[in-house]
Amino acid sequence: MKNPLELYPVSERAPERAVSASGLPLEQLTLEEVVAGRIGARDITISSQVLRLQAQIARAAGRETLARNIERAAELVTVPQEIILETYEMMRPGRVTDPVVLTARAEMMRRKYGATNIAALIDEAVAVYTRRGLFRRRY
Amino acid sequence: MNDAPGWRRFTEWDARPLRNDQFARDDPEAGFATFSSPWDPSPSARLEGGRIVEIDGKPEAEFDILDTFIARHHLDPDVLQEAMAMDPAAVARMLVDINVSRDRLEHLARGMTPAKLVSVVATMSALEITFAYSKMRQRRTPGNQAHVTNAKDDPLQLAADSATAVALGFDEIETTMRVASNAWANALACTVGAAVGRGGVLFQCSIEEAEELRIGLAGLSSYAETVSVYGTEQAFVDGDDTPWSKTFLTAAYASRGIKARCTSGASSELLMGFHQRQSVLYLEARCLCLQRAMGVQGTQNGGIDGAPLTASMAGGLRELMAENLIAVWLGLECASGNDTRISESEIRVGAKITPYLLAGSDLVCSGFGSIRKYDNTFNASLFNGEEIEDYLVLQRDFEADGGLTPVTEEQVAAVRMRALTAIRAVFEELGLAEVSEARLLSVAVASGSRETESFTVGEVTRISYAIRDRGLTAVDVVQALARRGFIHEAENLLLMLRQRVSGDYLQTSAILRNGRVLSALNDPNDYHGPGSGYRMSEARWSEVREIRNIQTRDSVLANECRHDPTAAPWLVPQRIAAKGVDSHEVVIGVSPAFGIQINQTTAGHDLIDVLMALTQGVRDGGGKPRVVRIHHTADTSFLGLTAARLSGSGYGIGIQAKGTAVIHRADRAPHLNIELFSNTPVTSLEHYRAMGRNAALYASGEAPEPIVVPVDGQALGARYHVRVALLYAIETALVDPNAEPIELLLALGQEGRP
Repeated sequence: MKNPLELYPVSERAPERAVSASGLPLEQLTLEEVVAGRIGARDITISSQVLRLQAQIARAAGRETLARNIERAAELVTVPQEIILETYEMMRPGRVTDPVVLTARAEMMRRKYGATNIAALIDEAVAVYTRRGLFRRRY
Repeated sequence: MNDAPGWRRFTEWDARPLRNDQFARDDPEAGFATFSSPWDPSPSARLEGGRIVEIDGKPEAEFDILDTFIARHHLDPDVLQEAMAMDPAAVARMLVDINVSRDRLEHLARGMTPAKLVSVVATMSALEITFAYSKMRQRRTPGNQAHVTNAKDDPLQLAADSATAVALGFDEIETTMRVASNAWANALACTVGAAVGRGGVLFQCSIEEAEELRIGLAGLSSYAETVSVYGTEQAFVDGDDTPWSKTFLTAAYASRGIKARCTSGASSELLMGFHQRQSVLYLEARCLCLQRAMGVQGTQNGGIDGAPLTASMAGGLRELMAENLIAVWLGLECASGNDTRISESEIRVGAKITPYLLAGSDLVCSGFGSIRKYDNTFNASLFNGEEIEDYLVLQRDFEADGGLTPVTEEQVAAVRMRALTAIRAVFEELGLAEVSEARLLSVAVASGSRETESFTVGEVTRISYAIRDRGLTAVDVVQALARRGFIHEAENLLLMLRQRVSGDYLQTSAILRNGRVLSALNDPNDYHGPGSGYRMSEARWSEVREIRNIQTRDSVLANECRHDPTAAPWLVPQRIAAKGVDSHEVVIGVSPAFGIQINQTTAGHDLIDVLMALTQGVRDGGGKPRVVRIHHTADTSFLGLTAARLSGSGYGIGIQAKGTAVIHRADRAPHLNIELFSNTPVTSLEHYRAMGRNAALYASGEAPEPIVVPVDGQALGARYHVRVALLYAIETALVDPNAEPIELLLALGQEGRP
């Protein structure tokens, strides 16, 4: 495979790979299509494939932690907004007082969305919150 | 001994704006310490079987949430031992060494603990930090970010002010609101305004995290900046997050194609009451290591809300620069503070920004107040709407690209009206509101919200709820714009949506210029000494230097030639001037352009009035004036001396067309005059009359009090010298070294007769 860095910017060098969450290629996201009412919310939503490509690009640029973040993002593309907001809320300190609840959320992320990196992040949080007493109610 | 009387200067100093600033003594126990505190740890790290079991003197069992996250996700075990073993001063030298690459230094930073990073930058002077910053910052082309808010959350003004900010060259626009429920209206208004003009400006709406994510999902913001992190566990938890929740949030933003950066900065822990008695730089180094660990592409740091507190400490501004340096050294995009106004002193404000202008920065300000101070919902910025032109001039002074571009009145008037008609069209198309012509026009001309007759806060809230509840998105806005003929704006907004789908601006330090993404990947800072790194192109420099009201030779001369060229001359040449014999005579020698090409002094006095004042003054003192034009010199001293040598009394007056005048005596050295008016801009007709009188009194053997023209300490050179230099060039061009002085007749009727 080509060095991923050569594909950057994707919008210029590999526009055929910039496909939205609905599968719409970038070049079809035109004003005519919008005016005709043929563009919906998912047509302007980034896809997990593009995010994985951007993660490869970041890694090739020596930005490993950024790459991992974008990989976690790729896992969240198909996760509904409300689940994302709910999960974020659960991860805030003192929102959940029982570690099991958060562990179950990690399991749901893994099973339902294949979000293994996200699940690992949550599992890691459970261990640290337990050790640092962050499962204490704050309000 | 009696008490010495107090010096009044202190009272004057007390009245200066600077004295509104508070200053604090170092007190590490109270958290007032910049680079080091006795409670800061020494750098250390220990690996056991590939696992980091100690950092900065703390064993794994005692790791707090920050230590844990940094140990797991920031520190690279492969680099750790090499980096931690290095002498801090040696690393500091590498940071300022043009022969050591940015890559090499970023590699080492991945093996350094917070205390280690601090130990390195602590050895560096402010100048060295500035230089290292210019070398280590991520994107080559510098940029800037604007705050666009107003006190009424008025969407019309937000749209107009966003378009103005775009015209000024800002790469990002950040808004927030007075009333949280107005967020959607604010976001939509800025979205529309930012699409006017060149386009490609990233915009964000700063609000509570979950709401911000919803707004972003609707395409009504393109980046997020309020992912705040703190340097102590207690402050972090009080900020209602953990490194894991913020990491999740960061990934959530990226999953929606939204660029994100964290916010941290010196003294935030101090403001929150949990500083652990540690130095502000050490706590900030922890924040920054954490941010790299989280995988966020960038940071807004350099003391944001905490900047004024940091600036109260000795060495505070150096500390803010040091934390920005650590940020870029860790490979993070840096929106480098210069945000919250740190001082009431304009001198401190100018000094604060200067190193960043010289070094360049991804976003020089992480919030330049493009609006009036009172309209800034984030509070006054270091630079504000009032001071934009000062900033533009600083760019021009140093030939430094601070990301902004001068604008003309016509240009701003056009983009404001365009934005206003565009937001009106969108509101009408989407059935959100009707906009009367009166409201629209009141916003078009208003400098700030105190001058507008526009939406009330309550009306805005209804618009905002409608946008949210109806699930309107950027696609609806693009449609509305296109339907009403705002094709250019519709295309610009669509460009943002296309960019979002490509994910290109998720990479480090990304902005959009000319519809293309520019980031640390395709526009990396490659500074390695003179001639490398960012340099303004000729075209860019042409923009930057074109500030308003630049004087040119033509404009100055056009202003001078305001007299009717067909009018009869009032100074009529007679014959070659001979030496006078009357002991009361005072010769007034005028310069070559006097009353011909140049007709007023720098103070704006008509030269007819000036010459009348001088001659009347001579008569007041019992003397007899005689006027000659001197052609062989335009220098005041030589004009005066030549006049004196032609004078029967031996006293003469020399005067240039711009008004500089001297009393001279025939037997004196050229530059040893009797009296001199050198500050013509503050010289009045009364002064000239008094000068004439004194010349006559000297001629009579008296010793009058010299005339002193009082000055108020204005920067006269700054105010007048462009004009003076251009005008004086006219005089010198007319000089003929071989020409004799010519006797002049004042053709002004009875009164004008000398």
